[in-house]
Amino acid sequence: MSLPLISRSQGSGHRPRPQSGGHPSRSQGGGHRPRRPSLGALFVSPYALFLLVVFAVPLGYTVWMSFHRFYFTAPGADVDAPWVGLANYVDVLTDPVVLRSFLNIGIFLVINVPLTVLLSLTLASALNAKLPLRSFFRAAYYLPYVTASVALVAVWSFLFGTDGLVNKLLGDLAPDPSWLVNSTLAMPVVAVFVTWKGLGFFVMLYLAALQSVPGELYESAAVDGAGRVRTFLTVTVPGVRHATTLVTVLAIITGSNLFTEPYLLTGGGGPDHASASPVLILYQKGIEQAHPDFAAALGVVLVLFVVTLSLIARRFTEKNDKKGA
Amino acid sequence: MLRKTGAALLALALAGASAGCARTAPDSAKAASARGPITVWLSNNAQEVVWGEKMVAEWNKAHPKERIKAQQIPAGKTSEEALSASIIAGNSACLVFNASPASVPQFQKQAGLVPLDDFPGGERYVTSRTGERAAQYRSEDGKFYQLPWKSNPVMILYNKKHFKKAGLDPEHPKLSTYKDFLDSSRKIVRSGAAKAAIWPAPSSEFFQSWFDFYPSFIAESDGKQLVKDGKPQFDTPAGRRVANFWRTVYREKLAPQEAFPGDAMAAGKSAMTIAGPWAVAAYKDSIDWGVVPVPTSEGRSLKETSTFSDEKSVSMFSACRNRATAWDVLKFATSKKQDGAFLKDTGQMPMRPDLLDEYRSYFEKNPGYKKYAEQADRTVEVPSVAGSIDMWQALRDRWTASVVFGRERPEGALRDASRDISTILDEY
Repeated sequence: MSLPLISRSQGSGHRPRPQSGGHPSRSQGGGHRPRRPSLGALFVSPYALFLLVVFAVPLGYTVWMSFHRFYFTAPGADVDAPWVGLANYVDVLTDPVVLRSFLNIGIFLVINVPLTVLLSLTLASALNAKLPLRSFFRAAYYLPYVTASVALVAVWSFLFGTDGLVNKLLGDLAPDPSWLVNSTLAMPVVAVFVTWKGLGFFVMLYLAALQSVPGELYESAAVDGAGRVRTFLTVTVPGVRHATTLVTVLAIITGSNLFTEPYLLTGGGGPDHASASPVLILYQKGIEQAHPDFAAALGVVLVLFVVTLSLIARRFTEKNDKKGA
Repeated sequence: MLRKTGAALLALALAGASAGCARTAPDSAKAASARGPITVWLSNNAQEVVWGEKMVAEWNKAHPKERIKAQQIPAGKTSEEALSASIIAGNSACLVFNASPASVPQFQKQAGLVPLDDFPGGERYVTSRTGERAAQYRSEDGKFYQLPWKSNPVMILYNKKHFKKAGLDPEHPKLSTYKDFLDSSRKIVRSGAAKAAIWPAPSSEFFQSWFDFYPSFIAESDGKQLVKDGKPQFDTPAGRRVANFWRTVYREKLAPQEAFPGDAMAAGKSAMTIAGPWAVAAYKDSIDWGVVPVPTSEGRSLKETSTFSDEKSVSMFSACRNRATAWDVLKFATSKKQDGAFLKDTGQMPMRPDLLDEYRSYFEKNPGYKKYAEQADRTVEVPSVAGSIDMWQALRDRWTASVVFGRERPEGALRDASRDISTILDEY
């Protein structure tokens, strides 16, 4: 049963090149019927099952709920769940708090995504160079990412509270109302917090991508007399374009699913819903107020929102690739 | 072979997962007369846990075949969320000694509660123990799904040290009228005695109105509930006076717009708090405290003031398989003797009439709690209506926008909230 694996590992050590038709080399297994799919299916099945149970089934159930008047009951309770068509979606799309939460996420993404890409690429480039204490700096940037949000939120509350360190430093220039209860500033503060917290992860992605940028390109740029900025813009940025796509899409997905920060940092999406996110509203409606049907419709709308944004971002960041192809 | 093995494993795992998710409900007819061990859930309040453990030990000693296991309500943002989740999962305790009346209609809709009227003498027990106030706890179908257990009449607790520092009389503070309350608050903040005069949570959770607007509205309106006969009662002159009073508190920064992470009065940041006697446990060893009724526009004496009860009930959950035992435990735990022990351990007021007479010796030894006991007879509950939580959320959203953050006039906010709540009640 392990033969296919052995034969696979006994190759030349190089990745099999695609054949002229663009198909992977199928002939390497000789004339025998390949058994890899069965073995592969076995290996994949735990994760496939995991996906099915914790993702596909709940997603299907969510879509079903979103078209019915539904609420959760005790086991054995005989309760009708009548079909209501698009009524839940109409409720969601006409709810001013939900609309505000999508606007908030828009503000959040406009700040968070460019800032994440810019800072993480710049920092990764800096940390890729031969710096003294490079390992220390790499760990330092990664530390907030692996630290519990709750602990970090406490620190930021201390920093940005009315009597916090930031306001003390600003003196008379401190905003009134203060940052976290200011309807204009609350969401930007949340966006900056999330950017800072997640930066370590994205720096790691870029660091990995930078290893695959050929050194010859930098040498050529140096020979051509390109300065550091020019080299960064013409060699590094195009060289990590795929990583930029990944970072952008991941930042959009994680940003759109924002919950912990407005829940803790701004007291449940305050002030007056100015930092409420769709997921926070989903939680309030579905769990606190026991309207899982409304929450399900909101969840479906959010999934569509994230998928659309991610596709747009992907098309935008990979546009030059297609032109070049 | 491998394909078959993979398929078999997949099927097995799916079957296991399905079996794991399967839930069964007890047969109500059998459960009603069944006896045996039960589980009860208590709140995580340290004093209540002490009382609960003693009560359970006493019961278990006398009933070795019907033992109780006491646990704290599973962790959640609120007890209500944990209880709702347990109803859905079918693993609630038999009895919960911390059910919020605002959540009872929702639990009822989820088929999670057992009506206490189903037990012989059930209705009589609830009404005789609670007195006239029992009517506020009857559900819309006329049944009792909760035994009103204990109240925490909401009053103004204050720190005498802060009052003295601000040049105010700590023994006879002027806090009765809105004018007096605001004047005293200004002196506290301007003198630097405390950062805030009072610090209610300014956040938008649905239940926060129970600790600013609602007690003030009950006091100002002489004991009205938020809703009566399906109609909101607060878009009235009394409601508007209350909203404008609190708007002044926030506008003049006598109360901060930011939530305090913890207890502001215990931390010395606020000179007053608005809470029931449960909070005294946090202050009694560290703060020289006093208590007065919530203010009204004209000022009322303690005996004329009504307030919010902040009551918690005992409910029996439908997942209970030994309901006959659970009913006996409920009566045992809310007997006159156990109520006395509860009062002694927690300082919270059992939902019985004439507390001062019933537990005279306790109040003689603890005169600080006497005002709470006097107030306990004039407490008002949240309306027991379907859509209760939606209703409170609608009010809270308008309140934070207008009163806390000043985005609109309080009068308009109350009018809009009243309209929203009417719509919610009509939908249910």
